Amino acid sequence: MMTLLEEFRAWLSAALPEWAAYLIAGIVGIFVVLGFVLTLVIVFIWYERRLLGRFQIRLGPNRLGPEGIFQPIATALKILIKEDVVPEKADRVVHWLAPIVVFVPVLMVFAVIPLSQGAILADLNVGVLYLVAVGSVSAVGIYMAGWGSNNKYALIAAMRTVAQIVSYELPVVLSLLGVVLMVGSLSMTKTVEAQVVPFIVMQPLGFLIFFLGALAEMNRCPFDLLEADSEIVAGYHTEYSGMKFAMFYLGEYGHALAYACIITTLFLGGWRGPVLPPFLWFLIKVVAVFSLIVWLRATLPRLRVDQLMAFAWKGLFPMALINIFVVAVEMLWLVDISRWLVVATNIVLAVVLILAWSRLFVLGRGRVEV
Amino acid sequence: MKFERYGIGVLKGMAVTFRHLFRPPITVQYPEEKLVLSRRLRGCELVWYPEKCTGCATCAKNCPQGNIEIVTHVGNQNNYMVDKFEVDTGRCMFCGLCVESCPYEALAMGLCYEGAKYRRRDLVMAKEALAISDSRKPSAYARPTIEASLPKQSLLVYWDRTDGGQKLSLFPLSKKRGRGV
Repeated sequence: MMTLLEEFRAWLSAALPEWAAYLIAGIVGIFVVLGFVLTLVIVFIWYERRLLGRFQIRLGPNRLGPEGIFQPIATALKILIKEDVVPEKADRVVHWLAPIVVFVPVLMVFAVIPLSQGAILADLNVGVLYLVAVGSVSAVGIYMAGWGSNNKYALIAAMRTVAQIVSYELPVVLSLLGVVLMVGSLSMTKTVEAQVVPFIVMQPLGFLIFFLGALAEMNRCPFDLLEADSEIVAGYHTEYSGMKFAMFYLGEYGHALAYACIITTLFLGGWRGPVLPPFLWFLIKVVAVFSLIVWLRATLPRLRVDQLMAFAWKGLFPMALINIFVVAVEMLWLVDISRWLVVATNIVLAVVLILAWSRLFVLGRGRVEV
Repeated sequence: MKFERYGIGVLKGMAVTFRHLFRPPITVQYPEEKLVLSRRLRGCELVWYPEKCTGCATCAKNCPQGNIEIVTHVGNQNNYMVDKFEVDTGRCMFCGLCVESCPYEALAMGLCYEGAKYRRRDLVMAKEALAISDSRKPSAYARPTIEASLPKQSLLVYWDRTDGGQKLSLFPLSKKRGRGV
């Protein structure tokens, strides 16, 4: 099955030499995906501000353009014309490079996300591996930002980020493995095609672990310790302004969009859905996941550092291990009997494990005065 | 064996924020929509009654700024005719001493709170601008007769969003308004 890009290249190579067709098709594909991503990021910035406003009984930005849709553009213009301040004792090269290292991997993630049937930039047969590898690079960028700024708050934030992302990478990858086991392939397209029943139903626990882990990976509330304004000013981008800050800002929302896309692809059945065209289904699911993220942000307060670590290592990590083990056993013996048997087992497993682990998170165990 | 920390608190919290989604926003989009103010408000404006004023200039004498300028001439019924009654509201601090001192209740504090002008010279208000009109109504400040005629009303302000304000089509606003802030 050829992707749209390959078809385009085949069509081009009828008229052009092979290398020119390859180059032109690649560039066009990249620009289409980039356009899609950047447009959606800008829309999401507006959408989050409006939705957060409604959650907090406010209106949110509604002045510029219909429903305030041009507000992010105005914000971008404002940021662009700001002075680019670099601290005197900063490590200039690292300070300059950090926003790029944060922003570029986020864009690279979208290369393997199938936006619709065949609409994928590179249908890698190791798509999930690529996601995991590229998705965690931005932690390096954040650490570079913190280190290069020569600012104690930025460095604290960077330390926190590395600890957080390294800790949450494990449950995320392990819960991804559950999906990979069920698909039998690392390809994103195959993952979507395998979801006759979306994997959120097939393994609710895996979805929960992945979702919470992804929240931590994209540094969203309630895991946004790296920019805890009440403690460490603005975190790793304390010393950034102008275009560099805009890169971090875009990278943050791009990350949220990327994880919304990944969750959609891996757990919600990607472009699959009745009646509506596939691309629309994909968009609907992405917006739904993003709304859930905003909803959580509107609800939950920030975690403490030790709580964050405990949640990853004592909560999600063992649960993910048990989950992947159970899924493996199911794929060996149970799935041939009935798919719905697997669903039932996994729902029971999720309930039992969550209830069992809830005993771990009890405040002040043994202490009477709490 | 009691289970309590399996995420039920998070779900409850999310239910609360979800309910907030359907509450009307409390934001007042000021220039387009305004709160309905209590009639007992003591605003920052002067209201002048041309027919009550005798031109005695007690107000001008009592003004700590020397801010009120009155020019009169003698009319044919042996009374003062006010030629000029001018207040520089840019210098006025709205202390209300002129209102309190007026023996004929020809001055009152108004209800308005929007005194900003684009030009400094617009702040100097002549007698036509100061005179009582439909848009320039007296408040009950230092005027017991007016105070007695006002409805029993607390100082609460009320929503009125029947007109004004940007219309929201995406997240429609409920027309039902709560009572004040």
